[in-house]
Amino acid sequence: MTATPDYLLETIDIVKVFGTLRANDGVSLRVAQGEIHALLGENGAGKSTLVKMIYGSLRPTSGTLKWLGKTVDIPSPNAARKLGIGMVFQHFSLFDALTVVENIALALPGTFDLAALSEKVARVSKDYGLPLNPSAVVADLSVGERQRIEIVRCLLQEPKLLILDEPTAVLTPQEADQLFVTLKRLASEGCSVLYISHRLEEVKRLCHAATILRQGKVVATCDPAKETAASLARLMVGGDVHAVRAAKAPREGAIRFALHSANLAADGPFAVELKNITLDVRGGEVVAIAGVAGNGQSELFDAISGERAVSQNSSVLIDGTAVGSSGVIARRKMGAAFVPEERLGHGAVPTLPLSENVVLTRHSDDVSLATKGILDRGLANRVTDRVIKAYDVRKGKPDPEARSLSGGNLQKFLMGRELDRKPKVLVVNQPTWGVDAGAAATVRQALIDLARSGSAVVVISQDLDEIFELADRIAVISRGELSQAFPAHEMTAERIGLLMAGAHEKKVGLHAARS
Amino acid sequence: MDQSLAVILTIVTAATPLLIAALGELVVERSGVLNLGVEGMMVMGAVAGFAVALLTGSTTLGMVAAIVAGVAMSLLFGFLTLTLVANQVASGLALTLLGLGLSGLIGESFVGQPGFKMPTFGGVDALAPFSLFLTAAVSYVLFRTKLGLVIRAVGNNHQSAHALGYRVIAIRYLSVMFGGACAGLAGAYLSLAYTPQWIENMTAGRGWIALALVVFASWRPLRTLVGAYLFGAVSILGFVVQSMGLGIPSQFLSSLPYLVTITALIVISGNKRLTRANTPACLAQSFVPDR
Amino acid sequence: MQLVLEKRSDRSTFFALVSPFLALLLTVAFGAVMFAMLGINPLRGLYVYFVEPLTQVWSIEQLIVKATPLVLIGVGLAVCYMANVWNIGAEGQLTIGAITGSIAPVMFPAWQDPSILIVMLVMGTIGGALFGLIPGLLRTRFNANEILTSLMLVYVAQLFLDWLVRGPWRDPKGYNFPVTQSFEGWQLLPTFGGTIHFGALFAMFACAALAFLMQKTLKGFEIKVTGSAPRAGRFAGFSRDRMVLFCFLLSGGLAGLAGICEVASVVGKLQPQISPGYGFAAIIVAFLGRLNPVGVLFAGLLLALSYIGGEAAQVTLGISDKIAKVFQGVLLFFILSCDTLILYRITFESGRKPLLGAVE
Repeated sequence: MTATPDYLLETIDIVKVFGTLRANDGVSLRVAQGEIHALLGENGAGKSTLVKMIYGSLRPTSGTLKWLGKTVDIPSPNAARKLGIGMVFQHFSLFDALTVVENIALALPGTFDLAALSEKVARVSKDYGLPLNPSAVVADLSVGERQRIEIVRCLLQEPKLLILDEPTAVLTPQEADQLFVTLKRLASEGCSVLYISHRLEEVKRLCHAATILRQGKVVATCDPAKETAASLARLMVGGDVHAVRAAKAPREGAIRFALHSANLAADGPFAVELKNITLDVRGGEVVAIAGVAGNGQSELFDAISGERAVSQNSSVLIDGTAVGSSGVIARRKMGAAFVPEERLGHGAVPTLPLSENVVLTRHSDDVSLATKGILDRGLANRVTDRVIKAYDVRKGKPDPEARSLSGGNLQKFLMGRELDRKPKVLVVNQPTWGVDAGAAATVRQALIDLARSGSAVVVISQDLDEIFELADRIAVISRGELSQAFPAHEMTAERIGLLMAGAHEKKVGLHAARS
Repeated sequence: MDQSLAVILTIVTAATPLLIAALGELVVERSGVLNLGVEGMMVMGAVAGFAVALLTGSTTLGMVAAIVAGVAMSLLFGFLTLTLVANQVASGLALTLLGLGLSGLIGESFVGQPGFKMPTFGGVDALAPFSLFLTAAVSYVLFRTKLGLVIRAVGNNHQSAHALGYRVIAIRYLSVMFGGACAGLAGAYLSLAYTPQWIENMTAGRGWIALALVVFASWRPLRTLVGAYLFGAVSILGFVVQSMGLGIPSQFLSSLPYLVTITALIVISGNKRLTRANTPACLAQSFVPDR
Repeated sequence: MQLVLEKRSDRSTFFALVSPFLALLLTVAFGAVMFAMLGINPLRGLYVYFVEPLTQVWSIEQLIVKATPLVLIGVGLAVCYMANVWNIGAEGQLTIGAITGSIAPVMFPAWQDPSILIVMLVMGTIGGALFGLIPGLLRTRFNANEILTSLMLVYVAQLFLDWLVRGPWRDPKGYNFPVTQSFEGWQLLPTFGGTIHFGALFAMFACAALAFLMQKTLKGFEIKVTGSAPRAGRFAGFSRDRMVLFCFLLSGGLAGLAGICEVASVVGKLQPQISPGYGFAAIIVAFLGRLNPVGVLFAGLLLALSYIGGEAAQVTLGISDKIAKVFQGVLLFFILSCDTLILYRITFESGRKPLLGAVE
């Protein structure tokens, strides 16, 4: 007798230990056939660790995995794919220098015939509303298109379970809607979906069931449609989330920071060119720059910070002074401060202790940290302690290397390092990316408080929730072009989404008209 | 007529060892590993090839021994950089210093001994046509087979390759061993064909030139072939000029290959489109998988 | 069974100190095996090689004389490698330094007062620095790989020296030997009685100065930052290009100084071969010294011992002095291996996997 088992996948008491950290601590989860199952939790709750074990990239320390009712061992991604498990990674597992079809061939077993595979890719991708050109090189594609490769790569293996790790983080709202259509169709065809997210609204819209993780443990299993976003958030965070307190922005602050028709050439074959960027930021306000990853955000940050010089000196103004040709040190001396997206390796030197990382951005403005080229380590230590205390940076030992801090604590430290100077202009790229809710709230509150004290604050972010929480005005960057900055209360997610795609469509239209 | 044929043959002779060594290193670098120890592996191949040919009387066995020596050296490098994730630049230098030292010690008793010359086909050393075949084979495997695709994938993004379930370290070990085999064989060409005897440090920087050739060829096998022959032609230029009796000191002509290498690097490296787009993205980066 | 690395959350201070000694121990063990294979009693071999040279005054003097160029060059290279600038052409910079430093005594053999010595030292240093600047400029201007260009220039420099001493600079009274006339009097470095010359002072001073630079100054901080995290260096406002040029000027200058010091002491004239590969051995010195100027001082002495031990082994045991280069290469291998322990914990794990993973 072969009764169909109730569940496609069951994990029973899964434990995964990294060194002293219990990343998963007795996690049990059940996914039914044809079900879209949400896996909810904060950054660091153990979601990625769990799915990596289901996909065979990591081995559990203890616990059991059941597939169609039978206990299975999944020693490798290869074994997972043989069972019928496909995975779309948060940080895509793609190869920039290879073509779409080569990328797909790498994940498929069997004979190696790129011509036949190209045809199949074109057919299947069109069929599911995810059109792809098989011979395009990945480096030339947008983030949304790259995600399509990942999904098509899974679909070609006719999976029974599709795992998606934060898939909408890199999509415009409209692209996300298209993805939901595809996922619902897959589910209706009997394919289960394990959907990792921390965006509660979309989970409520899409998912049939949800398992919520906190600090490596399952805290609840529920039907998300019957919960409210607030109740889900409480389960995730384990308490009430403090909303950011924001006084109204003063009406007529002076313009403290401005970009006037700034241009920056692409500095490599895969980089974005900045075209004619114009933006005014007044003292007292927070201006957010929204956009999908890879549309010129890091180039914009480099142009603002002075790590790369723009074409004209008059294109960048701090308090009315042209600084387009000045370097990052000169801009800091004028009272500007910057916090980049990549914390380790850009904002901080991973292998140096915090007390030396303080010197990194403050060796020239606090002249006393390096008088006549000689370092004052005592003072650096005192500044470090001050920052650590003021922003509640948690660490294992007195002066640890930057790389040993968690994402949230490192970000609090890097923000604190700049805020400690009371900058007149602060520019932050992706301030709360990969940061836990507690630290994120601290960082956002600090940004608003700084602005209300009279400074100009620019936040570059992909996270629309964050943008609506922080911004007085919102501009959108797309393909290296920046839209006008609109008052936040006039903006909706849909309108931002259109602007995200807008410049791109206009360009395609032009291209079509010309040919 | 005869003279131009002789010139062509000399060019082939100068180009062949560079081509073989460079093809090996090209595969290594395509997999994301920078092995600066080509000179060391090559010189070990030269001494091992010479010694075994002398002891057994067989140049074939000599070439086999050279390959074995090259692979053994490359495994040392692999253990250091792939298993112990040591710095690849420093480890490559270590391999070169060790190879030069060890070959000097092993070869001491062979200095001045008459050697054997490998068989020739129509006046061309057997390894010369083989090097052309090797170019085609490397090109085919890299761009037409799944194995080649996997090697390129690992060199482009080792994290992704690992996430898909490929064994990055194992693939890199294989590539490094192939590089060692090629370098060893190139060394044997020097001691069994180019100048059939053992001279200390007889590679004279050819391993380094092979490394430069890979950059010059922007990691493409066919361009490596062209580069190696261009290079062979330039180094022959020295002899030609000398035979014309212009009174240019021989030292200046001898330094020509090195100056040409530098010039080639300048020309090609200044071209960002050629270099950056083709450089394997993970070149010289260590990989430690999560567990 | 499989060797597995586990990343430490912080670097291990214990292994940072112990690793050079561990490497040394492994090299000695390797030496014992090697002596046994050469048919020599390993204990006697090791004694002759590593201990005997330390028991006699003259050989200790020799040790310091040989350590002088190794330390001078090694300390410059340590700073380079710290900044992730790969100058491996110190041997060429040494050669050019020896040549430019020798211009004065070759052109004006009769010049005999202290000023010529100063001119020689200054010109040697400048010559090495400028020759070192070439790969630096090629890197910053054309993005040409400095490893390859600096190495190629070694061959060029050596051939240039060869031409000089066989051609225009050959001593007319030298019986056709390829040498310049011998330097004399103030054209040679003063000694401290025996064979140890003033170069040893320069080496110690260079170590002290660079130790101060690395520990106490913003420049030292800049070197560390640009080396380990170039993007963060740019964020701090440090110029990578300027750093490359600085490193090449510094290490080239020190190598040039080492070159003229050799010529103005041990060698006493220019000849085709003026260094037994000090420029390359100094690479090992830099790593063995953990890229730390003070560590380099000790590492230089150790590498000097490997040269002297090689000579002793040749005389006493009748084996080739080429064994010295083998020891040096092996030592560098073990240093690099042992350094893994600073950042990783090593464990062993059993289990087999398909060879290439998903490829089959």
